[in-house]
Amino acid sequence: MQSYYHFYKMGALDKVDLLAQLVTSLIGTSAFGIIFNVPKESLIKCGLIGMGGWAVYYLLEGYTKDAVLATITSTIFIAVLSQELAKFYKTPVTIFSVAGMIPLVPGGMAYDAMRNFVENDYNTALAIAAKVLMIAGSIAFGLVFSEVINQIVIKMKKRKQKV
Amino acid sequence: MEKQLEQLNEIMEVCLLAGKIILQSGGETYRVEDTMMRIAAAFGMENSHSYVTPTGIIFSTEGTGPVTTKLIRISTRSTDLKKVSMVNSISRRIACGEVSLQEAKKLLKEIETMNLTFPFKIQVVAASVADGCFMIMFNGHWIDFIPTMISGGAGYLSFVYFHRFIPIKFFSEFLASFIIGLLSFLLVKIGLGHQLDKIIIGSVMSLVPGLLLTNAVRDLMAGHLVSGLSKGAEAFLTAFAIGAGIAVVLSFL
Repeated sequence: MQSYYHFYKMGALDKVDLLAQLVTSLIGTSAFGIIFNVPKESLIKCGLIGMGGWAVYYLLEGYTKDAVLATITSTIFIAVLSQELAKFYKTPVTIFSVAGMIPLVPGGMAYDAMRNFVENDYNTALAIAAKVLMIAGSIAFGLVFSEVINQIVIKMKKRKQKV
Repeated sequence: MEKQLEQLNEIMEVCLLAGKIILQSGGETYRVEDTMMRIAAAFGMENSHSYVTPTGIIFSTEGTGPVTTKLIRISTRSTDLKKVSMVNSISRRIACGEVSLQEAKKLLKEIETMNLTFPFKIQVVAASVADGCFMIMFNGHWIDFIPTMISGGAGYLSFVYFHRFIPIKFFSEFLASFIIGLLSFLLVKIGLGHQLDKIIIGSVMSLVPGLLLTNAVRDLMAGHLVSGLSKGAEAFLTAFAIGAGIAVVLSFL
């Protein structure tokens, strides 16, 4: 239990913690797929993408302690992978990407910001709210970036066909 | 001439039906436009234009005869990605020429009336399991897993019931998050839960507007500025409603 509190201070990645994170993200995102009524055969793929995305976020956040960078990287990872899978299985992209994106939404920080607002500590609240906006913006930016990567891939394939 | 007009009407009906199902089930705006234009093109109407917003579809085709335009209103929206993918595969088959006009109409009508969602009990269980897992992912303790499942499941259940009772989405979200806050506080008070913050953050996750947010960004990128902004506004209002519900509980503490 103690390791949870001192996890970041120790700076070393505890393997048990990582395993717990992987398992919970797999189950959590698959369960979210059920709420969104993702087709049954795609549920596990949905969960695996969520697990991969969360692993990228968790490891990057642990090493660099920069939530914005971790969010952008993880969003790009999820979006690009989902796009490729969507092309392969010929289904809409949303099916794969949506559940994976959910854990990246800065819910915890938004909660902190609101709690400070309610307690009349506006300075802290505004500072945290600015961070929430940064992270939300980085999700959007990651999506834009992955779209750019997608367009480049399509253009390259077309060029290859012409040659 | 008469017969041609009749066929034109039928093609437009199929296009609008497909678009309506996708839009009502939580598909992106660009997917709706793309699907409708592909279906129209497959049935021999190369010139079609559509204007889609989250609350309505305007669709118009130019053939040899007069220009025809139809408008349908979308009043309810839910999330059912299975329907989106089914309509998507039908439109692919139409584009390949595998399905005739009559068949397509029949298939789409079937999909529209079908109820494909998982049983309600399973949805509630899934929501509570997801909430518990998310609480662990946000560095919570395993001791709080069961309390988070209880409050998260109760929150989702009350959201769906309130929504049936009062069809104002933001109000039912507000009430659901209020219940989550209250229940988490009580669970901590009686000693079942330990970290109030983590339990609340985990439990709220099943209400977070994740699909709206990603769709809004995707629509904005595809150039559908009106739809993107209005979906963003819906996501913001939802987030605000959840926040307000929790804030009311926190201000009592």
